[in-house]
Amino acid sequence: MSFEPKIVGFLCNWCSYAGADLAGTARIKYLPNVRPVRVMCSGRVEPSFVMKCFAAGADGVLITGCHPGDCHYHEGNYKTIRRYSLLKRVLEQFGVEDDRVRLEWVSASEGDRYAKVVDEFVKKVKALGPFNGTKLLVK
Amino acid sequence: MVSITINDKPYQVEESSTILKACQKAGIDIPTLCHHERVKPTTVCGLCIVEVKREKEGKEESSLATSCNSNVKEGMKIYTDSDRTKERRKKAVERLIARAPEVPILRHLAEEYNISIPAEGEGCILCGLCVNMCEEVVGQVVFRFEGKGEERHLTAESDRCIACGACATICPTGYIHMDDIKERKIVHSELLLGPKSSIYVTSMQAVPNKPVINPETCIHFRTGKCGICSQVCEREAIDYEMKEEEIEVEVGNILLAPGFHPFNPEAMAQFGYGTLPNVLTSLEFEWLNCAAGPTGGEVLLENGEKPKAVALLHCVGSRDENFHEYCSRVCCMYALKFAHLIKEKTDAEVYNFYIDLRCFGKGYEEFYKRLLKEGVRFVRGKTGEITFPIYEEEKGKLVVRCEDTLVGRIRRIPVDMAVLCCALEPPEDAEALGRLFGVSRSKDGFFMERHPKLAPVSTSTDGVFIAGAAQGPKDIPDTVAQASAAASQVMSLIMKGEVELDAAISQIIPELCSGCRICNNLCPYTAISYDPNEKLSSINPVLCKGCGTCAAACPSEAIIAQFFTEDQIVSEIEGVLI
Repeated sequence: MSFEPKIVGFLCNWCSYAGADLAGTARIKYLPNVRPVRVMCSGRVEPSFVMKCFAAGADGVLITGCHPGDCHYHEGNYKTIRRYSLLKRVLEQFGVEDDRVRLEWVSASEGDRYAKVVDEFVKKVKALGPFNGTKLLVK
Repeated sequence: MVSITINDKPYQVEESSTILKACQKAGIDIPTLCHHERVKPTTVCGLCIVEVKREKEGKEESSLATSCNSNVKEGMKIYTDSDRTKERRKKAVERLIARAPEVPILRHLAEEYNISIPAEGEGCILCGLCVNMCEEVVGQVVFRFEGKGEERHLTAESDRCIACGACATICPTGYIHMDDIKERKIVHSELLLGPKSSIYVTSMQAVPNKPVINPETCIHFRTGKCGICSQVCEREAIDYEMKEEEIEVEVGNILLAPGFHPFNPEAMAQFGYGTLPNVLTSLEFEWLNCAAGPTGGEVLLENGEKPKAVALLHCVGSRDENFHEYCSRVCCMYALKFAHLIKEKTDAEVYNFYIDLRCFGKGYEEFYKRLLKEGVRFVRGKTGEITFPIYEEEKGKLVVRCEDTLVGRIRRIPVDMAVLCCALEPPEDAEALGRLFGVSRSKDGFFMERHPKLAPVSTSTDGVFIAGAAQGPKDIPDTVAQASAAASQVMSLIMKGEVELDAAISQIIPELCSGCRICNNLCPYTAISYDPNEKLSSINPVLCKGCGTCAAACPSEAIIAQFFTEDQIVSEIEGVLI
């Protein structure tokens, strides 16, 4: 059986979750590997959540928010960018490959973009293979 | 009041009145060329001459007077048609008609007095109205008389001219006229009323429906003079000091209905809009068709003739991958309406060039069927271009080149007028408006509703609603329905008198808060405040919108984002990863 990665997707309520919803109502086909977790704003995503995802057996984490300037809460996504770049440096030190975590902007009208982002990301994680640094993180 | 007699009939007139005014009020016509109530009398034309008889020291004295600058006096006897006046007036007409034989009043008088009319003259009668108008009213000095006697003539210094047109309006002979710079008929050169008056009502539906002054063209704002409107207005409503002002109003709900912006077909050079004559946008055609419009509702070409063939081009800018992919929804039906009206008003052949006819509404299909019976032609295929004539039978016409997909041939159809049914675009400031009110926009730029089926007039911001074409192209019935829905949503909130706050907000557990103040600057709503006495931060539940950004940042995990607590999210993560 081929490897099917488990990916956790943090979707902000106003843009990305609506975008994913649109992808569904528009019957756009995309890979089923991303399992969405809805948050009110991408700014709610604590870096520790991403760690916990990997600890709980995820092969990749996708964070999506509103486009810069379009945040429902004005500037929540800017805070996400700052945390994301710090998180990436920490993950690098833990030995988590760069391609396993990704931050993307998807607006409520971009159902097709959501599908594209998911497909691309799943493909990359698939190429990396299963994440086996879990022990490293838990320790 | 003084009592006078005019042609032996007694009249009571105001004391300060001129003879001319008194006679005009009495309904007695005195010819005049050089008189205008806004400038001081020049008495040059001499046409308004009257005979005046007055008692002086027991004797009756008779004299001739120019009525435009002589005031009435008690006991005056005025004769407007006596032999003496006629004789003098005849001389005046002889003098004037030699200079300006084209003027209707002079020609009429010349016939009356049996004066032969010369073939041509200079045109200017040297009355000086333009000189006075320019100096007294406009406040510029452009005109001057030069030379003496026979040599006297009018000169103008065009550097000083502000092109207000006052002199051309007042010139009694038409010697001074404004050049038609655009050389195109008013109807087609500008969407609204051609050269706009400086005082105008912004649109027929303006609220309040009151005129405004355009300071860029108003003489008063340019030279500080004129002010005729303030003298004329009996209600004294003219206020030159008025300025644009911003008014702040506190409201609980906002309904956004900025409408649409029509697509500019200049971007599609193949249709020749702006370069070819008689190529109109649908909005311009609607204005041409309007009974209150420039032609009084007649469908006319730029040369004033009725068209013999009209092309209606559907889907200009819509359903076009180069411009807008969406269907503008209203064009099919208004194009059919145009076709029907053109058939009704002219004998023209009407061609509809369409991709698909979308007659989706109640009674629409029936209307289409009716047009088929009326002999309106339908050509299925998007127009390639509007071009110049080549063949003899196309001479003087516009040629519509298109593929007739039902026949399977390229056709050239000569027409006199082409109407471009332009796409409906989101309003120009939709992006800024969306940002301002926190309303997201769909891919095509129109405002997005919270849910396409369950919340069609709400937006992602509480208390902000949308209606009309700004949400997507739609016709009037749909707009009215949507606007009514939005209004009733607003009303239901107002009637309730209170707003329910979202329970999904954040709160700080004081026992865990270390008072580090990291969260303080994160909140975009300034809902978090710090109490220096307690050394604790706290969240104002009314201001908090529940984004959870503060909760994510709290190093002590003292902030709980309700419904999105750390425990809940972690369990969710574990759940989705099983």
